[in-house]
Amino acid sequence: MQDERSQREDGEAQSPSGRGRTDRVHFPGAVNSKFTSDMKFLKASDLPAIPTYRVLDSDGEIVDKTRGPPDVPDEEVLTWYKNMLTEGIAVASAAALTPDDVVFVQYRETGVFQQRGFTLKNFMSQLFANANDNGREETCLFTTRKATPEHTKSRSTSSKYTVKQHAISSPLATQIPQAAGAAYALKIQDLQNPNQSPRVVACYFGEGAASEGDFHAALNIAATRSCPVVFVCRNNGYAISTPTLEQYRGDGIASRGVGYGIDTIRVDGNDVFAVYEGMKEARRRALSDGGRPVLVEAMSYRVSHHSTSDDSFAYRARVEVEDWKRRDNPIIRLRKWLENKGLWNEDMEKETRDQLRQAPSGRRNPPIREAFTDVYEDITEEAQEQMQELKRILQTYPDEYDLRPYKDGINGLDKQ
Amino acid sequence: MVVPRASRWLSPRVPRRFYSAAPSPAAKLNLPIDYKSTPLLHHTPSSLSGIADFPAAATSKRLNLFQAINSALRTALSTSDKVLLFGEDVAFGGVFRCSMDLQTEFGSDRVFNTPLTEQGIAGFAIGAAAEGMKPVAEIQFADYVYPAFDQIVNEAAKFRYREGNTGGNVGGLVIRMPCGAVGHGALYHTQSPESLFSHIPGVRVVVPRSPSQAKGLLLSSIFKYNDPVIFMEPKILYRAAVEHVPNEYYTIPLSKAEVVKPGKDLTVISYGQPLYNCSAAISALEKTMKGVNIELIDLRTIYPWDRPTILESVRKTGRAIVVHESMVNYGVGAEIAATIQQGAFLRLEAPVKRVAGWTTHTGLAFEPFILPDVARIYDAMKQTLEY
Repeated sequence: MQDERSQREDGEAQSPSGRGRTDRVHFPGAVNSKFTSDMKFLKASDLPAIPTYRVLDSDGEIVDKTRGPPDVPDEEVLTWYKNMLTEGIAVASAAALTPDDVVFVQYRETGVFQQRGFTLKNFMSQLFANANDNGREETCLFTTRKATPEHTKSRSTSSKYTVKQHAISSPLATQIPQAAGAAYALKIQDLQNPNQSPRVVACYFGEGAASEGDFHAALNIAATRSCPVVFVCRNNGYAISTPTLEQYRGDGIASRGVGYGIDTIRVDGNDVFAVYEGMKEARRRALSDGGRPVLVEAMSYRVSHHSTSDDSFAYRARVEVEDWKRRDNPIIRLRKWLENKGLWNEDMEKETRDQLRQAPSGRRNPPIREAFTDVYEDITEEAQEQMQELKRILQTYPDEYDLRPYKDGINGLDKQ
Repeated sequence: MVVPRASRWLSPRVPRRFYSAAPSPAAKLNLPIDYKSTPLLHHTPSSLSGIADFPAAATSKRLNLFQAINSALRTALSTSDKVLLFGEDVAFGGVFRCSMDLQTEFGSDRVFNTPLTEQGIAGFAIGAAAEGMKPVAEIQFADYVYPAFDQIVNEAAKFRYREGNTGGNVGGLVIRMPCGAVGHGALYHTQSPESLFSHIPGVRVVVPRSPSQAKGLLLSSIFKYNDPVIFMEPKILYRAAVEHVPNEYYTIPLSKAEVVKPGKDLTVISYGQPLYNCSAAISALEKTMKGVNIELIDLRTIYPWDRPTILESVRKTGRAIVVHESMVNYGVGAEIAATIQQGAFLRLEAPVKRVAGWTTHTGLAFEPFILPDVARIYDAMKQTLEY
């Protein structure tokens, strides 16, 4: 890397102090910086804001009449539309991935899972923490068990290397540096195995999570190790109650990508084709030149509350939300495009909504044993004793516990 | 010369044994805690009087825990303009409403939102405290404090020691965080990491049990001690626990446990929410084992902790159990049990039992089996008394 840089230099003298006829210094930390006698501070507000790429306007019409239609079959676009639970960002970006690509998401990316084959039954099993799941994950933040899933997972028990989308962790931003490491692993593995078509990692997070140290660590380490990872920032204007003005003062999250030396694009997150095309190109770039990170900042607006425990009208005006709902949202925009093309109508809308509402309900809980499994690869001797002690308690005080919802009742504590 | 050590059965004390066939509890044990009748809360203003912690002749108001925290923060912000209050979503009142209306009352210079970064919040607070302010930083959930761990462990805790003769310290720094289980918090809205912080010399760790305790302990943490304080608020009590709280400024000393119910036969040591389970279990067992009288102690400050009060109690009762919600392994109970066996060995009639969360994560469907409940506490007390 250093050699490449040196070769690119056009100055003759390479002395550190810049003596000789060169017009720039070669400090190790900024190898191509020109001297200037003009003392000038960079001012963020003097720089033009990074533009936002869009394909469709808010009427669902293609903005640039000189370009061709989006390169996606109509039937695939229809699938996207049906998968769009909340934001279009998740569905359209996931559509640009291959099945072999690995994703690390936050808890607002149900659309990614759905686009990659997760069924409503999978979601509901996880929400109810029932026996189809393993009874561990959390539902929404606090109260009801019926809203956005937070900790969706997709795991194959056959081999850990088949995991294409990892279980979701609630702490924010933790997945971002992990995505860089995972991308590095894929890069190395794909180099070692020429039969494997090159893969990327896609990593999702919000503009609030991008304030965590982990975000900064992740972009920097991904850049220095040239990791094939696409960072997708869903900038929806709010981190619970905190508006972006109190989250950062720079030009969104995109400006940070540039700061870390990462190819960056800002796209209109309410425009599924802009997201799809941006993501597709990002994926291509991530695999070029031996791999490198790319940042996609997708702009949107969180019309729903943060969670079912949140009443967002405590910190933002209802009219602001209604305005966004009416003025622009990815579902309506895509619906307009589909209707303009004659691919969708009110009857189809009603039928689809009715189907989606018939979500499967909760089933039996897993055996109680699973409270103790998977902490370590094997249950420790200490935990085994605790399981026996718990069994003794359940036997001694049978009226104190309702074991009926749990598979195998009290015997669910025995070894499998 | 080998001095024969007196063992339990050689003790000159007359060992007290209780009926091994104690009858079963008359009523169901694992009922939801009735916070409206628990003896741990001040249901009337009159029960506040005569308690040294509270100001004499004070007026009071019925508050739940989040309102009491709010009252303490308002009192602190009014008492000193050095007090700052910040954290994620604090401006609109906080996700648990603890900072409600405070930005309106005290302005956005002193009460404000931070970006979403726990390490940033903790480091920012340390810096502000180092320059003489009294920052009260909120971490939205104890489960999310770990990015701040480096700042707390390596910076806040070591600040005074590192500064040495300069006398520099980060007194006045309080890092508040909601903690504990609510029944459906699963892996990331349930944790109680007090033992992790208690392993770190240099920070004080406080867990209040009730609204009136919380106000006095929080004001004490801000104003009375020049050490950084980790202040953990059992979030299930935010709305559940309601009691009379004195309106004015008052402080409750840190590192001082409180005997909340005196007794002679067994010492139960706990803190935070499980105290209510302990209280219910004690009342059930005292009903079924006639004549038995159990002492309940609220540790209040987890570290540095009030060893004399606990040892004095166990030397009196000869039996002890420790109850806490977080995992039993290397937990607070381990420290207390070890200290008791060292400091009250000759008085012990039974091994010190720990009733705590099992050594696992709190999977959503399994919370009722993982966390200590009234039945498990009842059982442990019975076993300890019958030993």
